[in-house]
Amino acid sequence: MEIHYLDNSATTQVCQAAADAAYKLMRENYGNPSSLHKLGIRAEEAVEEARAAVAQSLSVEAKNITFTSGGTEANNTAMFGAAQALKRRGDRIIVSSVEHSSVYESAKRLSQLGYDVQYIPVDRDGIVDLEALKTLLTDKTILVSVMAVNNETGSVQPTERIAKLVHKLSPDALFHCDAVQAYCKMPLKPKNRGVDLMTVSAHKIHGAKGCGALYIRDGARILPLLYGGEQQHKMRPGTESSPLIAAFGAAIKEANISENMETIKRLNTYALEKLRVIDGVTINSPESALPYIINLSVEGIRSETMLHHLESRGVYVSSSSACAKGKRSYVLEAMGLPDERIDSSLRVSFSKYNTTEDIDALIEGLQSGIQTLQRR
Amino acid sequence: MKEIVLIKLGEMVLKGLNRRTFEDVLLKNIKYRLRGLGRFEIKIAQSTIYIDPLSEDTDLDDVCERIGEVFGIVTFSRACVCEKELDDILQKAPAYCKEYLEDAKTFKVESKRSDKRFPYKSPEISAQVGGKLLETCPHLKVDVKNPDVTVTVEVRDFGAYIRCATIRGQGGMPVGTSGLATILISGGIDSPVAAYMMAKRGLKLNAVHFESPPYTSERALIKVEKLLKQVSRYAGSIEMHTVPLTKVQEAMRDRCPEELFTILLRRVMMKISTRIAEQTKSGALITGESLGQVASQTMYALNCTNAAAGKIVFRPLIGMDKQEIINISRRIGCFETSIEPYEDCCTVFTPKHPRTKPILHFVEQAEREANLDELIEEAIQNTTVKTIDFS
Repeated sequence: MEIHYLDNSATTQVCQAAADAAYKLMRENYGNPSSLHKLGIRAEEAVEEARAAVAQSLSVEAKNITFTSGGTEANNTAMFGAAQALKRRGDRIIVSSVEHSSVYESAKRLSQLGYDVQYIPVDRDGIVDLEALKTLLTDKTILVSVMAVNNETGSVQPTERIAKLVHKLSPDALFHCDAVQAYCKMPLKPKNRGVDLMTVSAHKIHGAKGCGALYIRDGARILPLLYGGEQQHKMRPGTESSPLIAAFGAAIKEANISENMETIKRLNTYALEKLRVIDGVTINSPESALPYIINLSVEGIRSETMLHHLESRGVYVSSSSACAKGKRSYVLEAMGLPDERIDSSLRVSFSKYNTTEDIDALIEGLQSGIQTLQRR
Repeated sequence: MKEIVLIKLGEMVLKGLNRRTFEDVLLKNIKYRLRGLGRFEIKIAQSTIYIDPLSEDTDLDDVCERIGEVFGIVTFSRACVCEKELDDILQKAPAYCKEYLEDAKTFKVESKRSDKRFPYKSPEISAQVGGKLLETCPHLKVDVKNPDVTVTVEVRDFGAYIRCATIRGQGGMPVGTSGLATILISGGIDSPVAAYMMAKRGLKLNAVHFESPPYTSERALIKVEKLLKQVSRYAGSIEMHTVPLTKVQEAMRDRCPEELFTILLRRVMMKISTRIAEQTKSGALITGESLGQVASQTMYALNCTNAAAGKIVFRPLIGMDKQEIINISRRIGCFETSIEPYEDCCTVFTPKHPRTKPILHFVEQAEREANLDELIEEAIQNTTVKTIDFS
């Protein structure tokens, strides 16, 4: 059966260039990047080339990029690293109420450790309430974390305005932005936009799983999560995963933001037109969402049921975020959606590899599902 | 709102008849530095360079960062482009200045009308714009003596411009206007700083690096390339000449008195660098020597080293403390690379007790007896060349 993969915000297929790069680092240049000999140097060159690619994609310097084992580790490093480094300055940590679980759960843990953790509410569109943020920002605030694009709905947060508010009202605070869902999908310039720490990940952009990076602004002091060797200026010790990192670099070089955006916009418009005329389908993503993600609900059919029905027809989507298997989405809850809408929500997410045929298959699947699965 | 960058020319304006050449070199350097940031229209008029981004996705923050690394620029600023009509200036000023004025308590407006055909005089422009800004930002007060923000309105030949902040440039002279010189680069903290400082005085650079495999590793070479790449942000592309010195150093070890190893090595480096300078039509040598820092940098040792150089040797760090040098190294982004721990050829066969007051006569005698000329020649023949570029 043909595969219609529409779950690209969960993960993507590794592109050929990335797979080739990883293979080369596993089979040819397999030295330890820290070794003094040639094989080590070749591996180090590959790692540094990838680091330069990440840096260039964010308009920052390579020295400000630290590779991690993925988005979760980068988010944890930012959260715990900043909280520990700045604990003498204050104890308030502010996160949005729609953060990815790796930020959300880190915040919860920090709260257990005694930090004063506050959550910024969001509106119907899932956008953080800036007025509420203003009242939360104090001179005891040491860290604010708001994602660039929400993983469930595609809502785009006004990070530039948030950064300005944070630096104005809480001069000691660092502003962290989880940009995993935005990376290589929209222009990101953390340095120019007042972002101190930014998380990106490889496997959402056709790189391999197990690899991400954290941008750390010059002068933004955070402590590492792990202790060990001298790698990556001790910010993230441990032998660099040269194959995955090289694959990351190769994937970045293949990502053309504006070109891809055109493709995705076309797919998004095509899909929305067809979805809107299906009886019982409601779109949960706001108009202003990044077109890579469409969150929708199918009246009266539980997410999982519809997901498996679509799967049986070769169409792969997500029930909310893949990381929150089975649990009710706190993101949609924070947006104030009624329970029935949340329980029947599905996330469709695109990549440059998708075509209108994939969307046709989705539409047909949804229609047949509605006919056969709905309780009458 | 269209935003451009305006650059005010510095010291070079004073250069009389050479001014045109200086300006041309600076324009070329600016174009080179802006590579990869999009398309620009760059023009020069009335001692001001206009950088007008033509591509939509160009980020002026990035442009300003690069401009801030070009020698020959004293100050520059971002400016909002207006029609040469007061209405347009009044309409754009509040929106454009908002970001700067939000956090300010006091401000003033300064106007410069170099296009005298403009029907309003400078004080009138200031008064009008100031009034408009007070209307939109009622929290502000005017303070002409010590304002938090100075809004400048300039009416010039191509248009009118509103500026809110002036950014300091690197100063110095455009790279290339003073000629070409050769930096001896080891991989430590000092030589990249010396290179930066002489480039600031308008010198274009090429570099000589000495390697001694297997005593030094390929990583030491990569480290030097990284350092030169960082320096090239300021100094433009740099031709790097890598000289294999293993055989010369081994011969020295076998044939010379140990306490003279260091001074003899420095002399060999000077000789080879002079030859490379001659081959590349470079007019001077540059070293990172600082008086008294190590045994080879005492006044007596420097005299012996200097005698082997066939060109003038610039030593911009000669009177500086280590900490001062480190501060510059950090500022120009070299420090972290400089302290990577790889052996360089200066630390191969270091004597236990180097002579701190060598006497030239004896040094030259030891050199003659060692008969190194043939090996030196061979090293020059086997030199490899690579161009280092910031991008």
